[in-house]
Amino acid sequence: MRLTAVDLACHRGGRDVFAGVRFAVASGEALAITGRNGAGKSSLLRTIVGLVRIAHGRLALEDGDPELTIAEQAHYLGHQDALKPSLTVGENLRFWAGFFGGKTADIAGPLDAVGLDALIDLPAAYLSAGQRRRLSIARLLAVKRPIWLLDEPMSTLDAPSQQRLTGFMRAHLTEGGLVLAATHGSLGIGETRELRLSEREPEPQS
Amino acid sequence: MTALAALLVRDMRIAVRVGGGALIGVLFFLVVVTLIPFALGPDLALLKRIGPAILWLAALLASLLALDRLFAVDHEDGSLDLLLMSRAPLELVVAVKGLAHWLTTGLPLIIAAPLIGLLLNLDGLAEAALALTLLVGTPALTFIGLIGAAIAVALRRGGLLLAVLVLPLTVPVLIFGVAAANAAVTGPVPFGTPFTILCALSLASLVIGPFAAAAALRQEIE
Repeated sequence: MRLTAVDLACHRGGRDVFAGVRFAVASGEALAITGRNGAGKSSLLRTIVGLVRIAHGRLALEDGDPELTIAEQAHYLGHQDALKPSLTVGENLRFWAGFFGGKTADIAGPLDAVGLDALIDLPAAYLSAGQRRRLSIARLLAVKRPIWLLDEPMSTLDAPSQQRLTGFMRAHLTEGGLVLAATHGSLGIGETRELRLSEREPEPQS
Repeated sequence: MTALAALLVRDMRIAVRVGGGALIGVLFFLVVVTLIPFALGPDLALLKRIGPAILWLAALLASLLALDRLFAVDHEDGSLDLLLMSRAPLELVVAVKGLAHWLTTGLPLIIAAPLIGLLLNLDGLAEAALALTLLVGTPALTFIGLIGAAIAVALRRGGLLLAVLVLPLTVPVLIFGVAAANAAVTGPVPFGTPFTILCALSLASLVIGPFAAAAALRQEIE
């Protein structure tokens, strides 16, 4: 499996966020997307899953499932955790696992892996920011999808949880998955290629 | 199908939990209908004559009450992004959200309507006819409202917009719903004529609503 972007450009809110972005990520590879605030890291990830329209260029997935779009084979971990405060930890995860077509019976394993198994019956409203993030990460483990798109996945996580996430990413890569992560720091998964989004401040368009 | 079933269960669960919209809608309905006889006074003939109209108006407002936030909450917590990435068609996802909304707000109104019909001096036949028109007509209100709820996602303050956009579209449903209920009680028009048109309005909105709402949601993808 290989995800390639050629000359990708994105316009949002009447300005060019990024242009001329090209990369290729194959199975077992990770790509760290770096750049200053506002360089378009999040927009690039959202463009890949089709939540932002491609203004120019091409995005292609080779050797994927031809019946499915890129978004349907990808997990997107955004800034927002997509959790409902009135549902419990278990109900939240069971919903996303069921919605994405995973085995709904097995949510204990992923919850155990992120260290939230003891809180399974607690309403998500009572979780801390880091715990909410960990619950979102459990979604990636509950349903297998080959492409992981992570938007600053390390933010709000404490050191042990960061190490755990690093472990999950390593395991995902050895299983032949792809990881694209927008990040300011290190992902800690060894040799990672880096895509640096343009340094220049965008000129305001008149 | 499992995806859609999971969504239906989740939305209904959220609606009946604390802070969900299900109870608010039916309570609003009860309060409005209970207050009317106090405002109008004990004129039983008048209450009987305008009873179906009052119940229909209250049901219309109650079913739109929780609707404006239907997609907005999912948008705010990031769930909508993931719903858009579903393998199920977006039209069906939207339709299931509408169905969950109707089951938790529309259906309780229909169950409550015969009970509070007593307050408006409606007899057994009128209550049955009214409940039947509500059963057929309220899905139309929900599915027309879906369009407004989807458009409201893009605009941060969607609540008022929903009322302005959706209420005019619900006028035909209101006209034929009340007409059918009245026809059953007083005549002279046969019950079947307005009731059939009400059925047609509901069926049309069941189809148009999800497609239009899904198109509106897709449009909001920049």
